[in-house]
Amino acid sequence: MSTAQATKNCITLKGSAQIIVEYLKYGINSILFQRGIYPAEDFNNTQQYGLTILMSKDPKIKTFLQNVLSQTEEWLSKNMINKISMVITNAHTKEVLECWDFNMQAELGDGDISDPTKATTTKELSRIQNEIRDVMRQISATVSYLPLLDCICTFDIMIHTLQNTELPAKWDETGAIVIQNPQAVQLRSFSTGLHKVDTVVNYKMST
Amino acid sequence: MSQFNFVSDLQNALIMDGETRGPAPRWKKKLEASLNGSVNTTRSVLSVSYNTSFSGVQAPTKTPGKSSEGKTKKSNTTPSKTPGGGDRFIPNRAATNFELAHFLVNKDSGDKSDEENDKATSSNSNESNVQASAHKGDRQKLISEVAQVGDSKGGRILCYQNKAPAAPETHNNPLKVVYSIKTPISTKSGSRYIPTTSERILDAPDFINDYYLNLMDWSADNIVAVALGSCVYLWNAQTGNIEQLTEFEEGDYAGSLSWIQEGQILAIGNSTGAVELWDCSKVKRLRVMDGHSARVGSLAWNSFLVSSGSRDGTIVHHDVRAREHKLSTLSGHTQEVCGLKWSTDFKYLASGGNDNLVNVWSAASGGVGTATDPLHKFNDHQAAVRALAWCPWQPSTLASGGGTADRCIKFWNVNNGTLMKSVDSKSQVCSLLFSRHYKELISAHGFANNQLTIWKYPTMVKQADLTGHTSRVLQMAMSPDGSTVISAGADETLRLWNCFAPDPLASKKAVSTSKGKQSVFRQSIR
Repeated sequence: MSTAQATKNCITLKGSAQIIVEYLKYGINSILFQRGIYPAEDFNNTQQYGLTILMSKDPKIKTFLQNVLSQTEEWLSKNMINKISMVITNAHTKEVLECWDFNMQAELGDGDISDPTKATTTKELSRIQNEIRDVMRQISATVSYLPLLDCICTFDIMIHTLQNTELPAKWDETGAIVIQNPQAVQLRSFSTGLHKVDTVVNYKMST
Repeated sequence: MSQFNFVSDLQNALIMDGETRGPAPRWKKKLEASLNGSVNTTRSVLSVSYNTSFSGVQAPTKTPGKSSEGKTKKSNTTPSKTPGGGDRFIPNRAATNFELAHFLVNKDSGDKSDEENDKATSSNSNESNVQASAHKGDRQKLISEVAQVGDSKGGRILCYQNKAPAAPETHNNPLKVVYSIKTPISTKSGSRYIPTTSERILDAPDFINDYYLNLMDWSADNIVAVALGSCVYLWNAQTGNIEQLTEFEEGDYAGSLSWIQEGQILAIGNSTGAVELWDCSKVKRLRVMDGHSARVGSLAWNSFLVSSGSRDGTIVHHDVRAREHKLSTLSGHTQEVCGLKWSTDFKYLASGGNDNLVNVWSAASGGVGTATDPLHKFNDHQAAVRALAWCPWQPSTLASGGGTADRCIKFWNVNNGTLMKSVDSKSQVCSLLFSRHYKELISAHGFANNQLTIWKYPTMVKQADLTGHTSRVLQMAMSPDGSTVISAGADETLRLWNCFAPDPLASKKAVSTSKGKQSVFRQSIR
């Protein structure tokens, strides 16, 4: 669908949400692989954004991401999300080791701005994807400075929504997470024209 | 309000059992004064100033370092910006929220002074106490509103109930390898002294400048064979003696030379398509083996087997002992075969051709020759492949280098047929050799610098460029002791490079350890 819109050179809020969710899907999978959270055998090569990205083939992870991201897309298309956090925790101690924040910022776009729900942008898809590719490259490069996750880890995705968001079935409300002795590095941002996405990694400094 | 300040100062001064403090710092006094001030004008000014100072700061562009997770608990110390691990951290000024950071730094002390303030006021009047606390709540609300700190933010954090599974218990983070290297490679690289000028230069007039020929080889007996024009010469590297082995008839020439692994037998592939065997100790031709319809540009020995690659695209295995020498013909290339190397364990034969292919042939189950269908066909090079080298310490690793249109050095795992690494050398790759003493390899290049490059393997960090040749370097060979490399250039010179001389310290160490071991061994025998 997003490609169909791209040919018209016009992205709606829904299309923007789709682009971002796609980025999240590839980004989160890439993080899972690059950070060595799951065994490398559980990943498959895929080509996306002109890069080779490794995607988890674990059915549980796939369904989890599918469920979370489809809901995220719905919220995103209504501009109800402030931030999406991917939290990496020690599976045994439940200590939070790393947190990848994807901050969402709504933008007005360059279409008709009388109705904010029908905002559009004419930003080219290829340009957006190039921006995303730069972020994806940075994600792979984080291995060089992020500390080793030397334990059995798991991850979770937390969606920071507006106060008036209804809680869907099978969803829970949770508290904020705390990283001890945190450090943060902001990666590049990209924008679909309707959403600006900042990627920030917060990690626990050893010692 | 100044009398309250005075009283609190006086009280502070009078406390004998507490820690002795000097007069409160200026900022504290100021804060106290501003907080204490129940006067409406100061209040409003204060709130305005807060609003303006924070107004430029929208919630989403929070400082990453001071994001909500960290700061709710940690308020007494600011998170240090520089990681202790020595990693470079480049602060993003645009993303740094100075106002918020300043607030967080001073928040704790601000709270303290508030409490002090409360104490002071409570002892004086109830009225002002109420005012102060009301003010405090007000202020905190204001600040949290502006900064959207932690849970006070008006939002919900939602997560899906069915969590992702944890990694299996047996999982070991593969990145551990990256972290377990004690010294960074970058500091290690270049630690070795490599002379970048040639030790010796020999004249090689009429050396044929042809990318598809292999016109030089260095024997285990320390003799360099080189074809110059229609002649083949032998240069004894020990004594420096030069001997002419043979001269071809007018118009014919040697296309390739290759020494047997041990001994003085030299195979010469000539321009008529025959492979000649010469006993160099007697300067005598032993036999001529035909089999090709065009010139033989590459040769490779495997004990009694000599494999020859020709311009007709075929590779023939010759059994030099047998009367019927032609064992098998491999036709995996469609154009001239210019690179041919047996692996160090003789399990595989690699061939490179002008059709940009690298073929890997596995040794035949019978032990003689190879299978007639290639085990792997690598088509990743964009130009003719002449430079081939097998890694001495990883027998399944093949390095291949492409011609001008390709310029890449590629590493292959022939066990599974995967490309392990590809490095753009930025110049035509004419020859590749692995060092036996170091985990390094040397590549010979053409335009623009006509240099030899030493690379660290497997990182492929450039160690040194050996320059001197004024035209492309066509062929390289290594001395039997592995310390010296000879290169033949199209500038009609042969240059000797002492680039892999063993480290004298390392060899000493090896000697001392071997001695130690020996004594233990002797003891155990007794």
